[in-house]
Parts: sequence; C-alpha cells; structure tokens
Amino acid sequence: MMARKADLSDAAMLAEATVTFTFDGKTFTGRAGDTVASALLANDVHMVARSFKYHRPRGIISIGSEEPCALLTVTENGTTEPNTRATQIPLQDGLQLRSQNRWPSLGTDVFGVLNRFSAFFPAGFYYKTFMGPKGAWPFYERIIRRMAGLGQAPEMPDPARYESNFAHCDVLVAGGGAAGLSAALAAGRSGARVMLAEEQDHTGLGLLPESATIDGCAPRDWAAAMLRALQDLPNVRILQATTVAGVYDHNFVTLTERRPLLNGDAPQPRQRLWKLRAREIVMATGAAERPVLFANNDLPGVMLSSAVRAYADRYGVLAGKQAVVATSHDGGCLTACALADHGISIGAVVDSRATCAPDVAAALAKRGIGYIASSDVVAATGRKHVTGAEIRDRATGQTHRVDCDLVAMAGGWSPNAHLYAHTRRPLEYDRTLGAFVPGNEAPNFHSAGACAGKFGLAAAIAGGTEAGQAAAASCGLAVDQTERPRVIGQDYPVAPPDGIPAGLREKSTFVDLQNDVTMADIRLATRENYAAVEHLKRYTTLGMGTDQGKLGNLNGLAVLADLRGVDVAQLGTTTFRPPYTPITFAAVQGQDHGEAHHPVRRGPAHDAHERLGAVWTNAGLWKRPQFYPRPGETDLEAVNREVLAVRSGAGIVDVSTLGKIDIQGPGAIELLERVYMNGFRSLPVGKGRYGVMLREDGMVFDDGVTMRLSETHFLMSTTTGQVQQVHEHLTRQLADRWPGPDVFVTDVTENWFSCALAGPKAREVLAGLTDIDLSPDALPFMGCAQGKVAGLDARLFRISFSGELSYEINVSSDCGAALWNRLLDHGAPMGLIHYGVESMGVMRVEKGLFVVGREADGRMTADDLGLGRMASRKKDYIGAQAQRLPGVTGAGRRQLVGLRPVDAAQTIPRGASIIAADAPDGPAPPIGHVTSQVFSPHLKSSIALAAIEDGRARMDTQVLAAGPLEGRRVAATIVDPVFIDPQGERLHA
Amino acid sequence: MRYSVWALARNALSGHRAWPMAWKNPAPKKHYDVVIIGGGGHGLATAYYLAKRHGVTNVAVLEKGWIGGGNTARNTTIVRANYFLPPNSHFYEHSLKLWEGLTQELNFNLMFSQRGVINLCHSPAELDGFARRYNSNRQNGTDGDMLSMDELRKLVPALDVSPAARFPVVGGVIQRRAGTARHDAVAWGYARAADALGVDIIQNCEVTGLRMDGGAVTGVETTKGEFSAAKVGIAVAGHSGHLAEMAGLRLPIETHLLQAMVSEPIKPFLDHVVSSGAHHVYVSQTDKGELVIGGQLDGYNSFSQRGSFARIEDITAGMLALFPQTRSLRLMRKWAGAVDMTMDGSPIIAKLPVDGLYLNGGWCYGGFKATPAGGWCFAHTIAKDAPHDLNRAYTLERFSRNALINERGAGNRPGLH
Amino acid sequence: MMLITCPFCGPRADTEYVYGAAAGQGYPAPDAQQHELTEYLFLRDNPKGWHRELWVHRHGCGQWVEVERNTLTHEIRQVQALLQHEGKE
Repeated sequence: MMARKADLSDAAMLAEATVTFTFDGKTFTGRAGDTVASALLANDVHMVARSFKYHRPRGIISIGSEEPCALLTVTENGTTEPNTRATQIPLQDGLQLRSQNRWPSLGTDVFGVLNRFSAFFPAGFYYKTFMGPKGAWPFYERIIRRMAGLGQAPEMPDPARYESNFAHCDVLVAGGGAAGLSAALAAGRSGARVMLAEEQDHTGLGLLPESATIDGCAPRDWAAAMLRALQDLPNVRILQATTVAGVYDHNFVTLTERRPLLNGDAPQPRQRLWKLRAREIVMATGAAERPVLFANNDLPGVMLSSAVRAYADRYGVLAGKQAVVATSHDGGCLTACALADHGISIGAVVDSRATCAPDVAAALAKRGIGYIASSDVVAATGRKHVTGAEIRDRATGQTHRVDCDLVAMAGGWSPNAHLYAHTRRPLEYDRTLGAFVPGNEAPNFHSAGACAGKFGLAAAIAGGTEAGQAAAASCGLAVDQTERPRVIGQDYPVAPPDGIPAGLREKSTFVDLQNDVTMADIRLATRENYAAVEHLKRYTTLGMGTDQGKLGNLNGLAVLADLRGVDVAQLGTTTFRPPYTPITFAAVQGQDHGEAHHPVRRGPAHDAHERLGAVWTNAGLWKRPQFYPRPGETDLEAVNREVLAVRSGAGIVDVSTLGKIDIQGPGAIELLERVYMNGFRSLPVGKGRYGVMLREDGMVFDDGVTMRLSETHFLMSTTTGQVQQVHEHLTRQLADRWPGPDVFVTDVTENWFSCALAGPKAREVLAGLTDIDLSPDALPFMGCAQGKVAGLDARLFRISFSGELSYEINVSSDCGAALWNRLLDHGAPMGLIHYGVESMGVMRVEKGLFVVGREADGRMTADDLGLGRMASRKKDYIGAQAQRLPGVTGAGRRQLVGLRPVDAAQTIPRGASIIAADAPDGPAPPIGHVTSQVFSPHLKSSIALAAIEDGRARMDTQVLAAGPLEGRRVAATIVDPVFIDPQGERLHA
Repeated sequence: MRYSVWALARNALSGHRAWPMAWKNPAPKKHYDVVIIGGGGHGLATAYYLAKRHGVTNVAVLEKGWIGGGNTARNTTIVRANYFLPPNSHFYEHSLKLWEGLTQELNFNLMFSQRGVINLCHSPAELDGFARRYNSNRQNGTDGDMLSMDELRKLVPALDVSPAARFPVVGGVIQRRAGTARHDAVAWGYARAADALGVDIIQNCEVTGLRMDGGAVTGVETTKGEFSAAKVGIAVAGHSGHLAEMAGLRLPIETHLLQAMVSEPIKPFLDHVVSSGAHHVYVSQTDKGELVIGGQLDGYNSFSQRGSFARIEDITAGMLALFPQTRSLRLMRKWAGAVDMTMDGSPIIAKLPVDGLYLNGGWCYGGFKATPAGGWCFAHTIAKDAPHDLNRAYTLERFSRNALINERGAGNRPGLH
Repeated sequence: MMLITCPFCGPRADTEYVYGAAAGQGYPAPDAQQHELTEYLFLRDNPKGWHRELWVHRHGCGQWVEVERNTLTHEIRQVQALLQHEGKE
C-alpha cells in the first residue's frame, strides 16, 4: 500500500485485519476500519468518478457526508446502491464498487470529449436550443436522459432488511464532537434522557490531536473519557454512524442510522430510521470546510485540507506526497504543519492575507514550510491528477507555478446550521465568518459550537455544556453543576478569503462540483437576470445535487454577491429543507410494506370462503369473496350461475363488512331525525327503515337500513367503505352541534358476522334452523327479530339487496364461521348455494338499487337518484336546504335511469358515455354516463344503470352508449332502473 | 435575441458575453392599464396573453419575491387533461393544446415532454371508473386509451404487476399527449416573452393594499409605492384569500400543504408518469434523472410550507409498492407547496364582485398544468371584462348557488378533493 | 408531525387524528337565507395565523376536540374537549 504510512500506531480508526474489495473489477486490499475512500486513497486511487455534465475526472474531496464527487455504486450481499458516497461506506470484505456515468471505462470515458466543448453547454443551454423542428424534442430528450442521471437503478429489489422505529427523549444532541459530547454529558448528568447522534462512525473524531489540552489531557483522550462517562449513564443512548436528517413540527426528528448494531442473533437491518420526539434539541453539528475557488479545483488531488489531515490522522493515509495548501486563515497554516508532521512535503502555504499570527509563522518556519502571503492559488494543473499549482500575487498580479500532487483547500468554515433552518427560522449572515449562522434561538432548540459560528475547542466545550444544561433545565430538571473542563490552547479566528481572487479562469473554476456549475455559469446567469438566489440555483442547478450544496452554496453566493456588487447578507440564502443527507427509501418505509402498510381485514368466515374456492376482491382493506367458480367455469359463468340459483332457489352471501353502528340513549331518535332525510320517529320497535343521509351540501352521502331494537336503541347499517366517515359524522354532530350526554354511538361492525340468505326458498331453508316465527305476518319485510339460528344467538333482519325474499342473519363474529357452515350444510339439500359480491352486484343492478360511490358519486342529490319523495318536509336535517339550492335543482340534472341495448345480443360498453342517438361519429358531448353495467342472466341481456340529463323525462327513448375506448357504440333504450319485480312481489313474499 | 442552436454557438465563441437579460428590471410606472398581482406562471402567462392576444401592453406583473417562486417552483410538473366533468375537460384540453406549441411560441425550451400519463387500476371498480372518465374524455375530444396488462408491462417494465401484491394492478389507462414540463422554465419563458412585448415585471414588490373608490379598484399599494390601475388581476394561488380580504371578500378557499419529493438522479428508469389512486402516489423521472414523487395533501390547512414526515412515509410506501427496485435509492429533497384548495376542487377564473378586480386562483392540484390556459382565459376575462367560454363555469358565484364543479364528488372539505 | 394533547388521552402524534373543520362557525338556521347557507357551506376565513378547528382522535379515544393552532407555525395553544360546550344552535 503505497500511500499508507509505515507507522500506524496513531491511526485512530484502523484495525489489524486486511479486507479485500473490488473497484471497477480490479481487486484491492484495505484495512478493517477503513472507509472506501480511505482504502482507495491508500491504494493511490484518486480518480473515482466522472462529473455529471462534462464527464471531467473527479476524485475524493472530503471525508464526510458533504462529499460531492466520489459517488459509487456499491454492491454488497445482494444490495446494489447507486450514488453512494465513498467517504461513508465502511470497508467490508467482498464489497464491489463501480464508478458511474462513464463509458466504456473511468479512465477512457468517450463522453470526456464533452469537456472540450463545454463552451457550447453553459448553464441553461437546454432552454435555448433543441426547439426545432417542432415535435423533435422527444428525440433530443431521449439522448439527454441517457446522458443525465448518475448511477443505474438496481435491477432487483434490495433484499436487505430496513427498520424504522419510534423513540422519545428529553434531549437530543446532534453531533458527537466536543460541543455535542459536552452537551450530552451536562444533560445526562442532570438526569435527562439523552440521545446523542454522531454522523461519523465514531464520536470525537473531529478533535485534533495537538490543538490543546483539556484538563491536562490530549483532546482525543478527553473525548474517549467523555464517551466512557456517557456510556456509564443509563439515561444516555449513543448512536454512532447516525445522521440527524430532519427536524419537523414540535421537535419531531428523523435520524438515519447506518448499520445499526443489534444484540443476539437477529438479522441485522442495513439501516434504521429513527422517528424521535425530543423535548429539547441541541444542535452541535460542527462545520464544513469551505473549498477555495481556482481553475481546475475539481481535479483529483484537490481536497479539503481538513480531509487530507483526517485521512492521515485516522487511517494513516497520505493523499499526496507534495502539497500546496491554499488558505485564508491561521487554521489552514496549522493544518499544513500537521500534514508536514505526517510526512507530506509542503510545497507552499498560499495565504490570501498579508500575514499570519506570529506563533503560526514560527510553526511554519520550524518545519521549513514556505509561506506565500497576499497570494491565491488561481489554478491547478494536470489532466487526470494535479501536477502543480499556479500562484498569483494579489499586489503584482504575477503568477508562478509550484509542482505538487495535492492541493489542500482551507477556505474557512461553513457552520452546519441546517437543522436550525429546518425549524423554518431564518439564518443570519455573519460577516467576519463569511457564513450563515442560526438567528434567534428557536423554542426548545439550542445550538453549540461551530454550527453556531463559535469556533475553537474552548468555545465548543463551553457552548455545549451550556446548551446541555439549558436543555435539561427546560425539561424541568435540576441542572448538574459539575465544573467545566479547563481548556488550554490557542484558538484562531476563522475566515474565508477576502473577496473573489482576480485572474481566475472562470470556465474551469468550479463552484458546485457535483453539478458542474462554474463561476462562468454564475456570471452568465447573473447577466441574464437569473440573479435572485433561487433563480441562480434553478437556472444553473447550483446546490441541487445529492450533496445539496453543502460545499458549494456559500461560494456560489459569494460569487453572485461579487458580481452584483452587494453583500452576501443582502442576497439571503436558499431554504435548507430536510433531509440533511439523502435517506434510503427503504429506511423511510421501514417495516411498513405490504400487509403491514395496508393491513388486510378478514371477515369471521374468511377461511370458510377460502375453502370454498372464493376469488377474492379488495373492498377497502377488506377481502371479500367476489364469486366462487366451479372447475371449468369462466368468471362470468360463475356469476351467472350464482345469480340464477339465488333467483330460483336460495343463496347466502357474507355481508359482514357492511358498517354497523349501535346508537343508544333517549336522544337517539333525535339524532337519526337530524342525519337522515326521511323520518324515523314513527318507526315501531322491531322494525327497520331504509334511510338516506345527505352531506351538508345536499348530496347523497350514505344509505342503509336502521333497525329499532327498542324505544331508545337502534342499529344503523352503512356502506362498507364509509362506516368510519358516518360514525364520525354522527359523533361530530353530537359533540359540536347538538351536544348532550344522552346518546351513545358505537361502531360495532367487527362485533357481528352478517350474512344474507336470499331467494324464493330462503324461508324454507331458514325455517329448519330457527325458533323465530318466519311467517310474513310475524316477520314482514323490514321486520326484525331475535332468537336462535342454528343454535346461535342471532338477530334476524328481513331486508334485501337482491330484490328477493331475504333474511340478514347476524351473530356474534366469533360464531360467524359456524353459522356459515351450518347454513350451507343444512341448506345444500334444498339447493342453497353461496354467492359472492359480484353476483350480489348483478342482482342489485337488476333491482335498480344504487351504490354509494358509483351511482351516488357525490354529485347526485336524492332527487337525482329518484328518491326525492323520501325527503321529509316536516323536519330539519343535514343537507335539507342545500339540496334545494338552485345549483342542484332544475333542468339538466343527470338522473338515475336504466339502460337496455336495443339489440339484446349487444353489451353496453364498460363506463360508456351516453350521447344523443343521432350523434355524429367522433367527439360528441355526453349527456350522461353509465355507472354500472352487468349481464343479467335473468333477462339474458346486458343491462346498465346510468345517469342521464333529465333521464326520467327521456324514458323509453333511444340513446347511444358510446365506448370509444372499446371502439364501439351501442344503441340503447332508457328504461326504468328497476329491471325485475317492479311491484316488489318477490321482496314481500 | 432569438434563442437557437446558432445563437448558442455564436455566443459560445464570444464567451457568452452577449446574452441579454431574459427579462428586465424596469422602474415601475405610476399608471398601468392592468396590474397583475403575482409573478408565478399564471400571472406571467396572463400578462403575456394580454399583450399578445389583446394588445394590452401597459401591464405590470408585481411579484412579492422572485418570479416563479411560489407553486410554479413547487409541484410535480405533470401536465394532463384527463378530467371527467365537461368544464374541466375542455379547459385542460385547451391548456394541453397550448402546451403543445408553447416552446416554439415562447422561443424557450420548456422541455414539454409528452411521455404519457398512466393511471393504474387496482380493482374492477377502478377500471369502471377510469373507463367512465376516459370514454367521457374521448367524447369531449381529448385523447385517452385503456391499457392491457401486456401493454402496461411493456411500457413500464419496472412496475410490480404481481398478483400477490397487496393491491394488485389489474389494468390502466393512458393519456399519451400528457406528460411533464420543466416547471421553472414556464415562468421564465413567459416572463421573457411578456417582457419583450413591453410588460413590466417588478420583483421584490409586495402588494400591501388595494386602492378602492366607490366600490371599484383604482390601484394598488406596494412596498415599491402606489400605482394606479384600471384593472387588477390577482394570481397568487396559496394566498388568494389574503389578497381578496384587502377588497373585503371571503373566498371558498383554504390553503393546504401539498408535499412532493425527488430521489437522487439515476439513469433512465421510468419513461412515463405513473399514478396510482390506491396508493395515493404519482411518480415520474426528470430529464436530469431524479424520480419525482407526489401524493396527497397533508390534510389540514397551513401556510407553513413545512410538511409532515408521515405524509412522506405514505408517499414512499406507495412508490415502493409500485417500484420495488427503488428501495435502495434515496430521497434527496422534499418540499411543500401552499396550495389554494376550493370547496369543490375546481378553480376560479373570474371577475370578482368588486369592479376592476379579477381572480385567478383556487387551483387545488391542477395549477401547473393549467398555466397556459389559466393565463389565456384570465387575460381574456380581464381584457373583455367577460369570461371566455372555457372559463365561463369557473365563477366565484357558482358557490352561492351550490352549482359546484365537483370532479371528485367529495364534500365541502379540501382534504377530500 | 405535530403533537396534539388530547384532553382524554394525553399528547399524541397528529397522525392519530383527522382534521375536521374550522371550529366555532355556528350552523345555519333551518330558515337561513340562501346566502347565509352558502357562505356557511363554502366560504372560509383561511387565516394565516391562529385558527380554531375541530379534530377527531380517530385512532385514539374517538372524541372530537377543539384545537387552537397557528397555521403559519403549527404551534398549538390549546386543545379542549368539545363535550363540555354549549350547543351551537
């Protein structure tokens, strides 16, 4: 390993074991503890990607989640993940890595030629061309789409397990650096339930070895001791490799944990999403180092100085042999010293300032590092890797070149204040830092350390401790007052370069490295008046990559401000929205897929239906038998058989899913009177009545039969899909409109199993199973009785949805399967069959009964459905007045009618539009639409229900049922919607 | 300067130094014939059509922030015209036709991509519903087709059509002329074209009050001073109520959050817009490679532009149910628009009961796709002081008669539409 | 995700609740004028700021509660049970 130091005793992250992995098919080795980035650098692999637009060679810039360039496709244990930051992938044996957006290979990418013609592809070039000839855009677009994108979508679903879970805590500390550790300990010692989340694989990694002493310890030792102290507190939970991704309303926080560790043998989830409610949040997320603007600042070998140093500190990896450090503050000079101590030769420290602090100067001199003041690196040279740096003197404008294979950028620091911005409070521009910092403190939200613009170890520890104490106090806890650690060391002010250096080649000076946005692009956008921050972002795509501009945004703003001659503070910044770093979709979903996301509701007799060979259909979350085909039967044959069997004999259908609402109390009748449009006051005990409920705007809302079980006890039935809505409609009226303690409304749908026994032989079948008197006098249509059915306690309702003599039998749901099986056993010799909802649907169309959601589509009044006469004029009820407003009355309303094809051999097209009988071919304005179309085996004809303008006045006239989707029109006659038994003789038998 | 590949080449050779401003920053005049409040797609389109079709060029578009910064910038860029009710069907079809020629008309590539919008059906009832809707579309003169499962598999190979799915796909419909467009470009394209016709586009100019005289509007008060105007048009979807209140009007509108999100960019994966009612999700892929995913409202009225994570979970679960391969992709960015929700789900483009005051708003889910026709009809209504046939039904007055245009057939609650 | 403190169940995530409507609007009288009725049905204050509204604790106790919430910041000032209210008619 060429770039690894010989002495790795100080390499904090490394373990002994050797790890083998492949990159673009070639095998490499690394060390346990490496990230992919450190391992590649250790193998002297610098060029790892091609850029998005110009396919320029790109390397590894950073060491964290801010990485814009080193995006790879990772394959591991069957999971393929495109666009993954090399800096955040822990090295594992067998890892397969592929570079992206190149063909045929990374080294010789034929699209690299685009870079030569980059002048023809400035920002927004696509808005100005590809416009002709008209209709050619799809051609261009196909090519553009292929060129765009980064990695490939996986070909198979990721087999790995992902998890999401909920948590609550008193104090969430985001960030495990000096500030975060201090905050967590202060809050934890005060007794707060603390969660500490550190994005990197380990806490305390940001602490620099030689920067200071804390209570006499080296910073790293102090951090290790802090971690141990926190681990000793049972009320503190530490999550490593966990990013706080978003802050939402009321301190709801999402965290993504990469490779969470589990105890025991449970299979390990690949990622875990935490959904956390924190009473207090302490943001201690540090800062990101700011890149420096110069030409070819995107070449492999150009890196953030802090990253170069961290690769050496943590992994013993030297990213170059000969470095030039470009800086504008003392911290950069000191980083140069540290690099030199690691064995990297420093060709020059190029400082945009006139001078540095005397002790810093001494440190440089001690190591023999050349210090070039009042100068800028204005270009890096090289094709696929840095070979040198061009340095320009600010005063003279003279440039000279220094050979190097590494340019380390130390352009100041940008506080990571994203989480604060997620609370929708404005960031403020700090002129001395040249960066945005949190403005006013948000409630239950604290900021500490570099993310708050407070740089330096002493400030971090002090700020963190204060924030942790304040958070604990805000939770009502007695604050632990243990003395703060004493920090001995020198802090230096942080600052970006003063102004944009002159003499930059703007076309190759990159601001956003992922999206290939250059200074020239910003200049062009400004010239064309895309000069608002958001216009700039959208026109040039600055900051719209997967790194979301963590490194580029601030430089972009600085360039824009310079071009516009204003201060960055006057520009404002773009809005930071969650997530802080992209979140894997599978982690967002967690366990929430398939039946866990949409649970299946199975009725009490589900297994019995299954054994009978039911074909299932979804009704909301319910599974309902659609029909029960016999061997060799088509779907339609099965339905026809079931319908005819019921109409000529008897059948049972499971109707348990229909909503049932139990209403009790002295005020129950009053409630019904107000929610139903027809009267219920006169309903005798032991009888039921069909009721129609309207919405406030007068449209039909729901319908069903309500039984009066006693003076003050009713059972209301609702449609399957709407029981919750109806229940809440009722409870809302009781709570807000007619409050009173005298009505209790309970959804009892799941307490009952219900099946309808229908057909001319229904009475005969039932008679042998019940002690209830079934004679028409004792139990007439709409009658209700209680007794035993098949030995079970049952409620019997004589109601019908098929038009046949029909009993709805209700038993406790745990007895449902027993009742169903007993009925079939008992009735089979008499010809009893079981039928499904599709057959029931055919029968209700034959009978002309509407269904909420089809005929009653939310635009139909009761009158439109032919129920106008049901509406009471004697009482006030919901929707009473609205249904009479001029907008829903008068001529031209679509009214419910029946439809029969003129030629019985024809079928009405599915969902046909109704047009005039003499309508020309092609478009013709519909005067109505088919709501339900079925084949009636009884009538041996296709029939339909339809909503047709003034339909009742058009009775017996002809129209066309037009189904252009099927390419046909069928002449049909408008008829009464009741196709069978208009007198109700079967029903009342 | 006319945009073309030649202009691009010429400018490339001269270092791109000659490109003019896409639109200018004029000093406001004291008087305008028409002031449009709101520099989003609709406001800018209105100004353009006022100048282009009606010869009204003394027009100012006043924008509180930066043009195209409201819902023009926060949507899922879908353009379609597959509505059931005739007023919606005709209006959106007109909009689609305008879209079809808009890139050339504005000389600005809007990347209008007629890649086809597919609605999936997960039950026989849904198949019936879409048959009803698409038959009606066809009778009203819009395109639309049913898709067999085989066709669906071919068009969307990544779609999970397994019968074992929780809500198996049983069919679909497609509107082939529908698709997507580059949302920001629509605002910029109209701004540039309107500017070229003499319209003043004034950014960072917030309207603080309406000047009224004898029940008629006579001008506006703004953070950049007062302007007199014979006619004032409001096109500030999301904030319509706030502006109407300045004229003492209450509207049938609530402001709600509508969230959407994009994935990290990937190579071409999905060629169409795919929408599923059962999963409450719609997905497409941008030319840059990101998957754009949208869903339903958050469910309560809000101006916060800060959505709930729970809705993101729903949308994600819906997408993964349709496209299981996207499990290991990542959610990159999400946003929330503040949308005007009317009580019937349809918009308002109409004269208001105050003389000289006009409203374009209440766009619910449909604002982006409606941009061209919204501006076209609004310009007509302002110029002629009377609606065009296409927006005759989109009155405010319909609510005072309960004459709703209720596409979803839902009640008077925005969360239902 | 907001935290709404149910007077019956305590603090619960907003996903347990369903938004109903603006509170305190009253209800139209049986003999209301057309404009009174349609204004009630369709016109909204839609304030940018504090708003009183009804929510139902669907996945909790099932009760309707009145929430005072800021539509701009989502801050919640008060949640109270409705059952203690007087009738609105």
